[in-house]
Amino acid sequence: MVQITLREALRDAMAEEMRRDPKVFLMGEEVAEYQGAYKVSQGLLKEFGPKRVVDTTITEHGFAGIGVGAAMAGLRPIVEFMTFNFAMQAMDQIINSAAKTKYMSGGLISCPIVFRGPNGAAARVAAQHSQCFASWFSHIPGLKVVAPYSATDSKALLKSAIRDDSPVIFLEHELLYGHTFELEEKEIPIGKAHVVIEGDDVTITAFSYQLGNAISAAEELKKSGISAEVIDLRTLRPLDTKTIVDSVMKTNRLVTVEEGWFYSGLGATISTIVMKEAFDYLDAPVENVNAKDTPLPYAANLEKLALPQVENIIEACKKVCYR
Amino acid sequence: MEKKLKSKYEKFYKDMVLIRRFEERAGQLYGLGKIGGFCHLYIGQEAVAVGLFSGAHKNDKHITSYRAHGHMLAAGVDPKIVMAELMGKATGCSKGKGGSMHMFDMDKNFYGGHGIVGAQVPIGTGLAFADNYNNKKNATYVYYGDGAAHQGQVYEAFNLAKLWNLPVIYIIENNEYAMGTSLKRSTAVTDLYKRGESFGIPGIQVNGMDIFEVEKAGIKAREHIEKGKGPILMEVKTYRYRGHSMSDPANYRSKDEVQKYRSERDPIINFKEFLLKNKYFTEDQLKEMENTIRQDVIKCVEFCENSAEPDESELFSDIY
Repeated sequence: MVQITLREALRDAMAEEMRRDPKVFLMGEEVAEYQGAYKVSQGLLKEFGPKRVVDTTITEHGFAGIGVGAAMAGLRPIVEFMTFNFAMQAMDQIINSAAKTKYMSGGLISCPIVFRGPNGAAARVAAQHSQCFASWFSHIPGLKVVAPYSATDSKALLKSAIRDDSPVIFLEHELLYGHTFELEEKEIPIGKAHVVIEGDDVTITAFSYQLGNAISAAEELKKSGISAEVIDLRTLRPLDTKTIVDSVMKTNRLVTVEEGWFYSGLGATISTIVMKEAFDYLDAPVENVNAKDTPLPYAANLEKLALPQVENIIEACKKVCYR
Repeated sequence: MEKKLKSKYEKFYKDMVLIRRFEERAGQLYGLGKIGGFCHLYIGQEAVAVGLFSGAHKNDKHITSYRAHGHMLAAGVDPKIVMAELMGKATGCSKGKGGSMHMFDMDKNFYGGHGIVGAQVPIGTGLAFADNYNNKKNATYVYYGDGAAHQGQVYEAFNLAKLWNLPVIYIIENNEYAMGTSLKRSTAVTDLYKRGESFGIPGIQVNGMDIFEVEKAGIKAREHIEKGKGPILMEVKTYRYRGHSMSDPANYRSKDEVQKYRSERDPIINFKEFLLKNKYFTEDQLKEMENTIRQDVIKCVEFCENSAEPDESELFSDIY
């Protein structure tokens, strides 16, 4: 099987869609001549030229709005945020303009746009540059939210996102860009989770970078005789509740893993869904592994303490298994 | 030529009177509780939209703020579906799901109707980006108010619009008040047409109470686009007679100030005097036009009264 880094998989997804559809273009800070702040758009300017690979100013609110307008006029923009931390400046255009206009216009206007870029904690960049916005965007009807882990899923889901007629938030992770994966070429629809490891004793849900930790935890747990089923959520809105609920009905235990905070987070939502749809199947209260309830500190030891680690997941799994 | 002019003037007059009567009726319906939420009337500003739409080309795009009814009517949208939207009926232009501030019409290239102050400026710039991308020779007319003129996103959009030479006409409808805050209390630089200068965007100041001035400036701006010179900014000085929205009693200005505009600078009265003085139409002819419009607005309301509310299934449609 082909070996590929995650950044290459993302780049290839964009390039293939740009070859397929002349309405697709990429815009953002440093996407063209600099080839991407994280080199995700490497080579795209050379192939597609400055008309379709567009460098913008460092003005998220403005260029996100321009992207939204271009999408309403029928183009298919991919708007790259250097990181999703900076998307906060563009929040109004994403939520109030992109997500709501179809509804407010009674279906007259669509906004087929992808907002993509790294989300969550990088390494030692402190609180303003390290935050998981998965639950923020997932809160909004009108947005679809995708947060894949592997190269196969990232490539296939980015292509699905670009083809989607709704605004899609595509959350990548800086710490995965250089990671090499095996690539399988396939189509994956938005809205489908994936059971990465099958197991019988406990279900672990995770997405993006934390899926790696969940897999490591499952491998460790095996040594203690606990068989964990790991679900890569991949899409956070619409959430594939069936896959989660089916799994919990089998394992009777659930641990949710999320790089963001617990409060009003995805883990809380998943816990509620499972409580409502599989209450009688639960043999233990659901455990949620999240970032600690603090802004992310700079110091290496504190940063590690603040973010979900493999040990935290193992501990939570043992707890729900009463071990 | 004279005939063509006459027909144009007839349209100007009818369009402005329609907006005035429509908005007056909307105000009454709001008072009766038949229109809910926010309702921002365009009374006093009619010459701006009517004058500028007259110079737009067929495939040009248009986008504005939440004060959108007048522009929808000036664009030629059926007043029935505009009123039905105000009344939250299924027959409304947004199926009753958008309301006063969120109106769209794809046949007229009307992209809203946006409720967040200033948000339509980058979006409108994006519409122009799309035309530029597709090598289309259209212009995009982006309307916003003197309040929005201070928004940061406006200048982010200006900068890129000029950098990319986009075919966009920015129109500041300066009606002197950003809700209750007068322009003088908002900025030290009250000549808003100069706001594009540091980005290389030329600006023109226009008397928005005079439809001839607006029309002339609109044609000039459209030619600027036609010649491929990139964005242009118009500050159109106008005045709204009513409060910011129906819930605003407008106590921040004197009755005399409003009265002075109404009696001396009203765009419809002054235009009517011009038509009579130059004998384009007789008093009776204008009266007949007014009566027809009055009847049309009554029929419009009847249409809405007879329209159903949206089906409950509409709650979950059009989200994706």
